[in-house]
Amino acid sequence: MNDPHLLSLTVNGAEHEVVVEPRRTLADVLRHDLRLTGTHVGCEHGVCGACTVLVDGAPTRACLVFAVQAEGADVRTVESLARDGELSDLQRAFGDHHALQCGFCTPGFLMLAEGVLAEQPDASREDIREALSANLCRCTGYQTIVDAVHATACSRRETERSGARPVDWESCS
Amino acid sequence: MKPAAFTYHRAHDVADAVGLLTDLAAAGEDPKIIAGGQSLMPMMTFRLSRPSALVDLGPLRRVPSMTAIDHDGHTLALGALVTHRAVETAKLPEGFAVLARAMRWVGHLPIRSRGTVAGSLVHGDATAEWCLLALLLDAVVVAEGPGGRREIPADQLFHGFYATAVDPDEVVVEVRFTRPAPHAALTEFARRHGDFAIVDAAVALDLDGSDVTGGRVVLGGVAPAPIRVPEAEAVLAAGGDARDDALVGAVADAAAAAIDPPDDPQTTATYRRRLTRTLVADACRQAAGTLQEPQP
Amino acid sequence: MTDLTTTDRPDQTAPHEAADPDRPVHPLSAGHEHRPDEPRFDGRRGRWVGASVPRREDPRLLTGRGRFVDDIALPGMLHAGFVRATVAHAHVTDVDLSATREVPGVVAAFDGADLALGDIVAILDRPPEEFTPTAMPVLAKGKVRFVGEPIALVVASDPYAVEDGIEAARVSYDVLDAVVSSASALAPGAAVVHEEAPDNVLLDVSMFDTPGVDEAFAEAAGDDAERSSTRRGCVVEVTTRSGRQNALPLETRGAVASWDARDDQLLVQTCTQVPHQVRTVLARSLGIPERTVRVTVPDMGGGFGQKCVVGREEIAVAAAARRLDRPVKWIEDRREALTAGFLAREQEYRTRAAFDADGHITALDVDVVCDMGAYSCYPFTAGIEPLMASAEMPSVYRVPAYRVRGRAITSTKAPTAPYRGVSRPQYVMAIERVMEKAARALGMDPVEVRRRNVITAFPYTGINGVTYDPGTYRESLDLAEATIREEGWFEARERGDRHLGIGFCCFSERTGYGSEAFAKRKMTVVPGFDISEIRMDTTGSVVVTSGTMNHGQSHETTFAQIVADRLGLDPEQVKLRQGDTERISYGWGTFASRSVTIGGSAVALASERLGELLCRIAAHLLETRPENVALDGDGGVVQLDDPSRTRSGAEPDPSPKRLSFADIADVAHLRAHLLPKDVDPTLTATASFDVPGDGTFSNATHAAVVEADPGTGQVRILRYVCVEDCGVVIHPQVVDGQCRGGIAQGIAGALFEEVTYDDQGEPSAASFIDYLVPTATEIPDVSIAHLETPCAFTANGAKGAGEGGTIGAPAAVLNAVNDALRHTGVELDTTPIHPGTVLDALEGTS
Repeated sequence: MNDPHLLSLTVNGAEHEVVVEPRRTLADVLRHDLRLTGTHVGCEHGVCGACTVLVDGAPTRACLVFAVQAEGADVRTVESLARDGELSDLQRAFGDHHALQCGFCTPGFLMLAEGVLAEQPDASREDIREALSANLCRCTGYQTIVDAVHATACSRRETERSGARPVDWESCS
Repeated sequence: MKPAAFTYHRAHDVADAVGLLTDLAAAGEDPKIIAGGQSLMPMMTFRLSRPSALVDLGPLRRVPSMTAIDHDGHTLALGALVTHRAVETAKLPEGFAVLARAMRWVGHLPIRSRGTVAGSLVHGDATAEWCLLALLLDAVVVAEGPGGRREIPADQLFHGFYATAVDPDEVVVEVRFTRPAPHAALTEFARRHGDFAIVDAAVALDLDGSDVTGGRVVLGGVAPAPIRVPEAEAVLAAGGDARDDALVGAVADAAAAAIDPPDDPQTTATYRRRLTRTLVADACRQAAGTLQEPQP
Repeated sequence: MTDLTTTDRPDQTAPHEAADPDRPVHPLSAGHEHRPDEPRFDGRRGRWVGASVPRREDPRLLTGRGRFVDDIALPGMLHAGFVRATVAHAHVTDVDLSATREVPGVVAAFDGADLALGDIVAILDRPPEEFTPTAMPVLAKGKVRFVGEPIALVVASDPYAVEDGIEAARVSYDVLDAVVSSASALAPGAAVVHEEAPDNVLLDVSMFDTPGVDEAFAEAAGDDAERSSTRRGCVVEVTTRSGRQNALPLETRGAVASWDARDDQLLVQTCTQVPHQVRTVLARSLGIPERTVRVTVPDMGGGFGQKCVVGREEIAVAAAARRLDRPVKWIEDRREALTAGFLAREQEYRTRAAFDADGHITALDVDVVCDMGAYSCYPFTAGIEPLMASAEMPSVYRVPAYRVRGRAITSTKAPTAPYRGVSRPQYVMAIERVMEKAARALGMDPVEVRRRNVITAFPYTGINGVTYDPGTYRESLDLAEATIREEGWFEARERGDRHLGIGFCCFSERTGYGSEAFAKRKMTVVPGFDISEIRMDTTGSVVVTSGTMNHGQSHETTFAQIVADRLGLDPEQVKLRQGDTERISYGWGTFASRSVTIGGSAVALASERLGELLCRIAAHLLETRPENVALDGDGGVVQLDDPSRTRSGAEPDPSPKRLSFADIADVAHLRAHLLPKDVDPTLTATASFDVPGDGTFSNATHAAVVEADPGTGQVRILRYVCVEDCGVVIHPQVVDGQCRGGIAQGIAGALFEEVTYDDQGEPSAASFIDYLVPTATEIPDVSIAHLETPCAFTANGAKGAGEGGTIGAPAAVLNAVNDALRHTGVELDTTPIHPGTVLDALEGTS
């Protein structure tokens, strides 16, 4: 019944081959087989969103995907956001807005936001609030998470318009 | 909360999937199809569902018809692996635009990005938006089994309590919506955004100008399966002005009076009946264009 | 004045009130304004405290480099899970693990008899008629008392096999009646949960009963004929109930235990708010010296009180690791967390209050019953909730006569732990309902009734014997009301076209309970003090320890701010160490909003001592007296009487003599022969701190505006304002974050979350489908204003800020909903408020 399968997938740009039991979730493979423990597991039934990663660009609950279903997929986790030790704009905005306290839900929110902003670059603050309602946070009351994602959206829109990074992106409301 | 063990089988085309289901069953296994898995996996992690084998339709995403959204003037055909999100973002003809608008009620973005239309229908949750929409727009589920393809009309699809007419050895290949409804709306109520509805209501109005000539009223969460409410539809068939509050109230009252909803300590039958009245009225107004559909 | 727009940055939302110059100010609490004219560096008026500096925790948590318990992997590690009771109340007649042991991957399975561990027992020093001690076995012994109680431990090669093994276990029960409510627990002939407590009562205390209670009620009830009806007082009665909640840290409980044969020591890495208490109980339960147990805490994904008690699972896992000589990991899954984790909050208050005709409360008489579930938690006991309620019930009001009975009953439900706020959300809800009801009875404005009763002169010693240090009770109430008024909400409500309601809640919160305050509860294990040790290395950076335990409160940042200011360092040069019983001699962890008040004060004192040591060595090296040197606020010590500057006729030296910390540290470590003879090598200082007397009280007023939907009964919060005073704010963003997060949890309790049980004691909410944790669309934006009354006896003048949000929200929301229903004649006194109940009220069918 163990029925191991050879799984190939790309995670944060690197190709991996893992031998997995079919019932092993993508979340467990990322965390425990690939040791990418930035992705957290909060409920294992697809409600809390702590395990959210991007699968082929779409925000996905890694606990609601068997790893074997991710054959050939391109997965991005929180570990992919910072480049060369520099936090991404979204990560910086989370810090600036105090959008994290214990930090357990944070990777899920970051990856959810990353997916949402890619799909809906023109999202309003209320659109963002609605989209972020996919995930649970027990510390912040959500307000500063919404602020951080909205500030990032504004900043990216501004960059898009001007072709350069704006000086004062926080003033965007 | 880890699923029980199972064997895993990738299907590469529909025939392959049907063959796998047949062969596994013949070998004494209890196979089940997984597509998006967004309903199945939670049940498996709680070990409430424990198929001994899974047949994964994932590779069939490469089969164009399985993810196609096609329409002519009268019919909208969705490949079995079309996701909720694909419908939400699709440009649909007016007669089927209600489908796209209703998608925002389906869970949250990550669920919508992965969950499929056919998966939701076969799962048969009494409050699932797709189940209501299937009844509202006369869906036909096309299923392929060992004996070939057959078409299951929506009114024969739901057997209640997560049971449907799709047999365990059948693979849904397409869902066709055959009744355009340019004046239709779905609305629902849950205590928390994105949750399964306590009650949901979908209404399609047949309009001649603002005169109502008939219509559909479909409810979820008030019976073991989604239901049409003939008593409420009779009020619509009797005619009136779509903008008339009295007509809307009569439809809502008829719907609330007709049902025999479940009663549990958290959500009483009385409350479900009241919600039904509210939601049917709202759906009527939204269908008539006299009430804006709210952002949930 | 009140600009509480929701989109403002936190530092713009706070109309800071200048501290009253007449208020007593302790030398330690001179506030945080920097006085540039002050020539001498003074670490108490620092540059970092009061600033929202970037959080030290953030870079790792934002990049996925945090390390939580489940991120730990040790070579050869096994995984554990628990066979748990499937019935609420039963004698266990047989535990058959033979099939479990045959399951592929399963390495071992143990029941209670196999592990033979000592029970967890928490005791109060109270007479038997007041308190009944009960034991919580690590694994059930002969009897189970709630669905989910651990019966046996299964250890396997991976978590999937663990669950296969658990499924294969066979437990036989002789089922007893479940006890699922306080009413049924107290009913004659009720099933007995613990033989030691045949009446199912674990604590029963009657307190205060001050003179004049009955007289005040008699007078308020009044002999109407003899009085003018306009001068009549009133008696109000209300029974308030709050549902059973889960504190719900998003990271569930868990532990990785490993036996280190070389060190002869058990290492337990676990997410606990109280690492030393876990070590103490672990050692006792396993019957080994505490020296042989090391408890460490990695990053922790929230706790909110659920992790401030010692759980049974981590002990069982540690025992298994020792037995198997293999590392063993247990991670609680969400179903366990929802059904078998420590719960909280299920309480009922029958409150009577007498008021005179002018709206002054004249007496308060309360009966509190707390359903503590199956077991008493360590170290607080099942008495924690009723004792808290009984001691603090008069809240922010001047109550002249008071009587209370507090009971903790035991039931066949998951046991409880102190959850953020601990009874305060409940007793505040009770007394705030009393204020509203009195206002209605007397035809007065509810805010005005509060205004007439609220404590305004400090220090104030209440009828409960508690002395309240200065706060801004009245000022917070006024500002909250003015804000709501200025924004036009009262007018909007009067228009009557929507079901709008406005609710207030004014409260204070004792923060930083010291040993003295806890001793009054008659605990035999008395938390209170905290110890800090600070060490400077040869480069002049410091490592500081604290017995508190960060799990989201930003201690790494705020404590570094405190140290940086005391020593004149950059916070980047300060590293906080917590959560390691080998590094910290003893500590009480983090709960009861004690971290900054007590832990932060200990850290400040240790820093000052290190500063003195640095000055002493510097003076010796500069060949001057210690009083002639001082910290320069920039990582060094300067000579104040620099002879080169004062020698007559000579040109003053433009750069006074100065030694950097690195210079001094170099001597202290590497050239110790240069030290003064009476100074030991290395740079280390230790300090302890305990809050004297009754502690310090933070306070706040919350105001909520709600709308009830006439079609669904759904309550939507349109506006939420919090005016709070936690003394000197160390880090404004962090305090705002604590407020907002607390308010979200309070709203969750008011409108959404509840664990219910059926008649058989089966819990209703085993998943997030049924346990309704609110999301971003349910929780409103919250505007926060800060008033600032420095605490006289904590370092920096800070008071606790961790719990207040949770305390105020249920009452504010409940009052607002009742206000929205004011025309219906229905009053709701139970949380969570179900939309069906609201709809009943609106439709006149309740």
